[in-house]
Amino acid sequence: MSLEFSLLITLIMIVALLGSLNGVVAYLILVERKISAWVQDRVGPNRAFFGILQPIADGVKLLLKEEVIPKGVDKVFYMIAPAIALFTAFLALAVVPFGATSPSPVLVDYREGTASHGFAVWPSTQVEYDAVIEADRNHAEVTKSLSFKEKIKQYNDTTNFLIAPHVDIGILFVFSVGSLAVYGVILGGWSSNNKYSLLGSLRSSAQLISYEIPLGLSVLGVVLVTGSLNLERIIQYQIEHGWNVLFQPLAMVLFATSIFAECNRLPFDLPESEQELVGGYHTEYSSMKFALFLFGEYTHMITTSFVMMTLFFGGWHLPFVTKPDDFSYLGMGLKFSVIVGKMLSFIVFYMLIRWTILRFRFDQLMDLAWKVMLPISLCAFTVLLLLVHFQPIGEGSLWLMSPFSLFILLGAGFIGVKVRNGPTKSEVVYIGHGTGYSLQRGNKVLLKNTGK
Amino acid sequence: MKADEITWVKPPKFGVMDHIYLPAILSGLATTLTHMGQTLLGTGENTTQQFPEQRPKLADNYRGVHRLNRDEEGRVKCVACYMCSTACPAHCIDIVAAPSPWPDREKYPEVFVIDELRCIYCGMCEQACPVDAIELTTLYDLVGLSREEMIFNKEKLLSVFDQTVAMGTDPIRTNKGRLGVASEPAQSGITDSSSMQS
Repeated sequence: MSLEFSLLITLIMIVALLGSLNGVVAYLILVERKISAWVQDRVGPNRAFFGILQPIADGVKLLLKEEVIPKGVDKVFYMIAPAIALFTAFLALAVVPFGATSPSPVLVDYREGTASHGFAVWPSTQVEYDAVIEADRNHAEVTKSLSFKEKIKQYNDTTNFLIAPHVDIGILFVFSVGSLAVYGVILGGWSSNNKYSLLGSLRSSAQLISYEIPLGLSVLGVVLVTGSLNLERIIQYQIEHGWNVLFQPLAMVLFATSIFAECNRLPFDLPESEQELVGGYHTEYSSMKFALFLFGEYTHMITTSFVMMTLFFGGWHLPFVTKPDDFSYLGMGLKFSVIVGKMLSFIVFYMLIRWTILRFRFDQLMDLAWKVMLPISLCAFTVLLLLVHFQPIGEGSLWLMSPFSLFILLGAGFIGVKVRNGPTKSEVVYIGHGTGYSLQRGNKVLLKNTGK
Repeated sequence: MKADEITWVKPPKFGVMDHIYLPAILSGLATTLTHMGQTLLGTGENTTQQFPEQRPKLADNYRGVHRLNRDEEGRVKCVACYMCSTACPAHCIDIVAAPSPWPDREKYPEVFVIDELRCIYCGMCEQACPVDAIELTTLYDLVGLSREEMIFNKEKLLSVFDQTVAMGTDPIRTNKGRLGVASEPAQSGITDSSSMQS
């Protein structure tokens, strides 16, 4: 379709996208209720065609409910906070592919023809460096020389299942905009005239910013071997070389844990745990503003599921089903369904995990981020760097990362066991009974070994 | 306490597999998925009762709406002794006694009103009644459109009796099917005041 740029069409597309996104979020709430029910040996909402009309009923209720604004809140921030939470969530979704883009992106590999073709690494000789600069300059000149009309024609001639295609800083954009969601949480808790909301929001913000570091570090391995932050190029790399989860399973596990924390989902649910802090930072919010917080959380879930599937599980690629060069309607539709199916399966996994793992206490949560996940991700990245640079077994060195990941994990387990049990003392002196000293680690009181 | 009387209990050791969390998570996921599969296939213990298509099975002594019993001749059994009214913790029973038109009892209730909304359905009136006149049935889905509608007078309470007898759901249950002693007519040979002599 080679249409000129039309404001009307653009606005219609915006409305359609936002509307469908909100619809997906509303039905995800139904999916969550149903899955939670099935796990708990009960049926979820089953009136009105097996619960299909339930989200609509919820929406109508929220629209018509009374908006209570407590006295003493900071009006400006109270109104802005849910808007920020939702805005950043939607913005992060803009660069995430939910289908294929045509034409296929080209992997930038400056070492084509040399012995180490296969890893997209920077040039190391002067000749290669000159070639890189030349290629970059050509590329920049080509894109700068296009007029606005030509760019629009180019945009309309290609089919992009992406809201903002060809963004070269893909993952960086997602993470940085997603970090801004912390503002929504902090302002929400601060502006409510409520001590407990404030505590909840502070805990939530501490959790969110702590888990952003393992989130970024675990993805560095994927970015390193692909050579680009562009999500479409990462999918292209996985089509040519195999899914990233086969090479870097530890990075996948770390990323999965971090995104659970980023979405405030169980087991990292403490800031909004209903049993502990009433509602945490969204206690004082009623109908629509509360709904906006919920929408923001579910949109984060959708975004991170897409990113997870794109980074580690090949995006829209399924080995014998989707062909990378097929841009017909059937091909594009198939790719769309593949990636959406993967995304939905990960969301079901999100919901199952909610009912599987116990909630982490706040200090356990922070321990996990700073003392466990940060060292492990750094260690994994270092090992990957060494493998990529030295390539001990030649071409297929990257496959070594998989068993090395397992060794790193087990090593971390051993270190954890040693740290927890403390140094063992065989002979100690007894200084008194009935004094109530405990056997906690780090206590300098020495107790006689009774041999039991 | 002496040193050898104390037993030191240590928490179980956390092994390597426990520290990396993943094996425990996987076994937990197996449990979760098993439950989900069972519910979907219908083989598990589904604890949800689809009300109003499926009604609950109530115990026989379930305390629902009150009724005033009739005796075999269809007369109201209550003798207006005010025991239920006195026993009621919520003070929801109002009785006005009148001389009874029948020979075998002194009084009968001319007005007998229970406010079903004030009632706490404790069953003390049922326990207090000496002639087994008032009982709590198993009717639980009682609704009304106004507060006045829920103040049951004698006719309404008797009609509850007629309805439940027709439905067959609530037989006379007090004292395992037999009525209390005070319901039976006086035996011959025993005068008003009980005496030691037979």
